[in-house]
Amino acid sequence: MHIAEGYLPPVHAAAWGVASAPFVVHGVRALTREVKANPESTLLLGASGAFTFVLSALKIPSVTGSCSHPTGTGLGAILFRPPVMAVLGTITLLFQALLLAHGGLTTLGANVFSMAIVGPWTGFGTYWLLRRSNVPLMVSVFFGAFVADISTYCVTSVQLALAFPDPGSGVLGALAKFGGIFAVTQLPLAVSEGLLTVLVMRLLTQSSKGDLTRLGVLLPSRKKNENAEASA
Amino acid sequence: MSRNAKINTLLLLVVAALAVLPLVLGLGDHKEEPFTGADGEAEAAITEIAPDYEPWFSPLYEPPSGEIESALFSLQAALGAGVLAYYFGLRRGRRQGEARAGAAKEPLVTTGDE
Repeated sequence: MHIAEGYLPPVHAAAWGVASAPFVVHGVRALTREVKANPESTLLLGASGAFTFVLSALKIPSVTGSCSHPTGTGLGAILFRPPVMAVLGTITLLFQALLLAHGGLTTLGANVFSMAIVGPWTGFGTYWLLRRSNVPLMVSVFFGAFVADISTYCVTSVQLALAFPDPGSGVLGALAKFGGIFAVTQLPLAVSEGLLTVLVMRLLTQSSKGDLTRLGVLLPSRKKNENAEASA
Repeated sequence: MSRNAKINTLLLLVVAALAVLPLVLGLGDHKEEPFTGADGEAEAAITEIAPDYEPWFSPLYEPPSGEIESALFSLQAALGAGVLAYYFGLRRGRRQGEARAGAAKEPLVTTGDE
């Protein structure tokens, strides 16, 4: 999904960089605040970053006959809120830009905007709305991760269409072209990402009930409350 | 197998099926080079729309071959998988330790009562 190095005109590259920077700065603050307030979060934060690392390294074949990779940003956004993912996503993108020639430094701003900002926010928003409407946890997690993934690729398509409008059909024509390449390819991958995120969330509900309750993903159980009262 | 483990296995199987089906069904056959990266296709589309566009910056480091690139991608996946495995292993170990400590305490209490 990453826009390759040098493939955005300088003005666009700079504009996306300017748009992304405040989110990343805010994210760094949110991240340090979280680690200071809850040092026991560090492990789960590491695991969320690791999930993004694994998923964005997996190039998976898709129905369009080309390959693409998931983003893995939905999980961390649901657990720790989107600002934290702006940082974890940027780290992943930097790793790929510097070592793998995948994405790039000049296009980092644009790629951060799609994968580390819009993806986590839309994913988290979807999850939050579904939870508010009493949709079961795992269904909400699935759609949260699905939307985080697909929206990332939609933004990439828009970014490329804005930079390279079709000479005949304009920005919309170009959007159809890039959308056909990215968004359609991404559909089955977004389903896979949703299922994998559900899998990890299921494992977390078994292994880390305490963390999930503190983060508000699981409601505190009665037994937990009694324990807390007893220890207080 | 417990019900939980069954559901988890099923989730993994569906993900695997989604990845393998496009290959089995030959959905890439209409292409000269099937199953290349979507971002490569986007680069091709850019050159089609704007034939004069020249990328104005090139990567500082480029893996010298496809093999090295795959190796680095595997390294990225392995790093992530390693951290995830560490996390879940640690949690499991702690849980077992707590359970064992709890089990060890109880007989002590009862013998004290006797």
